[in-house]
Amino acid sequence: MIASAFDVKVGPDYWWVILIKAVILVLFLATAAAYGTYAERKVAARIQLRIGPNRVGPMGLLQPAADGIKLLFKENVAPGGRDRLLYLVGPALAAAAAILAYAAIPLNGVSTVNGYQLHWDIAHVNVGLLYILAVTSLGIYAIFLGGWAANSKYSLLGALRSSAQLVSYEMAVAFALMGAVILAGSLNLEDIVNAQHHAWFIVLQPIGALLYFTGALAETNRAPFDLPEAETELVGGYHTEYSGMRFGFYFVGEYINMVTVSSIAVTLFLGGWLPILPFLDFIPGVLWFLGKVFGLVFVMMWIRWTFPRLRYDRLMNLGWKVMLPLGLLNIVITGAVVAIRAATA
Amino acid sequence: MIRELVKGLAFTLKQMARKPITMQWPEEQRPAPTRHRGRHILHRYDNGMERCIGCELCSAACPVGCIYVEPAENDPAHPVSPGERYAVRYEINLMRCIYCGYCAEACPTEAITMGPRYELADYRRERLIATKEDLLEAWPNFAQAQRENPLGAGADQRGAAEHAPGVSPRLAWEEHDALIDREAQPPLHPGAGGIMPHPPTVAEPPHQVRR
Repeated sequence: MIASAFDVKVGPDYWWVILIKAVILVLFLATAAAYGTYAERKVAARIQLRIGPNRVGPMGLLQPAADGIKLLFKENVAPGGRDRLLYLVGPALAAAAAILAYAAIPLNGVSTVNGYQLHWDIAHVNVGLLYILAVTSLGIYAIFLGGWAANSKYSLLGALRSSAQLVSYEMAVAFALMGAVILAGSLNLEDIVNAQHHAWFIVLQPIGALLYFTGALAETNRAPFDLPEAETELVGGYHTEYSGMRFGFYFVGEYINMVTVSSIAVTLFLGGWLPILPFLDFIPGVLWFLGKVFGLVFVMMWIRWTFPRLRYDRLMNLGWKVMLPLGLLNIVITGAVVAIRAATA
Repeated sequence: MIRELVKGLAFTLKQMARKPITMQWPEEQRPAPTRHRGRHILHRYDNGMERCIGCELCSAACPVGCIYVEPAENDPAHPVSPGERYAVRYEINLMRCIYCGYCAEACPTEAITMGPRYELADYRRERLIATKEDLLEAWPNFAQAQRENPLGAGADQRGAAEHAPGVSPRLAWEEHDALIDREAQPPLHPGAGGIMPHPPTVAEPPHQVRR
């Protein structure tokens, strides 16, 4: 069937084109998450003057495979009083929400294949950013359902903290992104990148970029905002009662989420697939995009191994009293400047 | 606030550029400190005679009773040690030993000292009874020479060939362990193998209780 489809036409909207793109993306994200754990351990080790994993394979490069096999073969210990359905939905949703958001992110500009326009995102929707915000919010359900269904006090406390934290920062993140949307005049991520040809939005929107990145750290439960996990107080928080591959899905979800939020940050503020200087455009846009994304992922790891965890009240203060007003102010100023320029032009 | 955050990030980035201080044990090994109290060594005089005169003071001083000495009269024609007696058997139960060094302090002839060897884990109890052959140095001042050679710091029981610089103490120890394994003997004396043949009773206090 696919062969006959090849004979007909190469077009962007055929179901098998989308399927291939989706499969490649899921494989890519799974690999990125696996090696994200490896990179995290190496970065942490080097910051602490250690060597990090170096026993499995050359330079320890097969460590993620060993970890994956270990997780698969581990016994899935589950608490007796759990909610059976929700207990399984939690980890599945954690990984799914992180992968789903990636559907609307373009990895490159439009390519022309056989005279047809091929978009480098899976779902070329005009409200791409809205879709991403909606889907990433689902990650809260993964954490909350997991914490609730396990029927354990640590899980529940972790989940409660987490939902409060994620809901607060959701607002700040959305506001931080709006500045870029106002400048681009579109919610489609491809259009937003194309609007950055003259200047990346991090130049025009430094506060927005900083707010988004800070909020993204909180949204992905990364240090210094990793209170839902808070292993010193909550024995692991929402995933206390998970083991084996069910825990693995939360873990993979966290690392895919890192890639996803970094990709959103790159798309909105760092010019997506655009090169730093115009004459460097002989390097494929995908490489530019991925380079920027993994650069940001590194920064997230770097931050994790530098700063201690925030106290809970300060986390809330930062979210509601600093980031939210700053985000609103940013929208007002950006909107005013855009309106004035439109009126005078 | 921003300045402090940047300062912290700059510090960790600088740390990343530094060389890791991890030592890749067991491939790499740090030489033991000079006064390290590892497994014991039985020494010789410069003429090759054994220092141990079989007085059993080490055994008496031992707080856990892990040293077993069986003395014998020296043959005047072929003396093993300069004194009247010498130790036919000298065994230390390394599972019991607490590496306190009291035996070395009690020794009147400085025959026994604490050595640099510290990798003493094993799968078999029999192999953790150090015999006289294990403990006695191969030639006079051998242990001292080994201490000065940082790479051979632990090879207290090797012959001249192993004294060559660059020898890994671990290799020497492994060879040594293989040797003991071949000659594995059944436990010979009370307490050997960590198992008491007769559990002590109140009326009959255990062997060598320190008073």
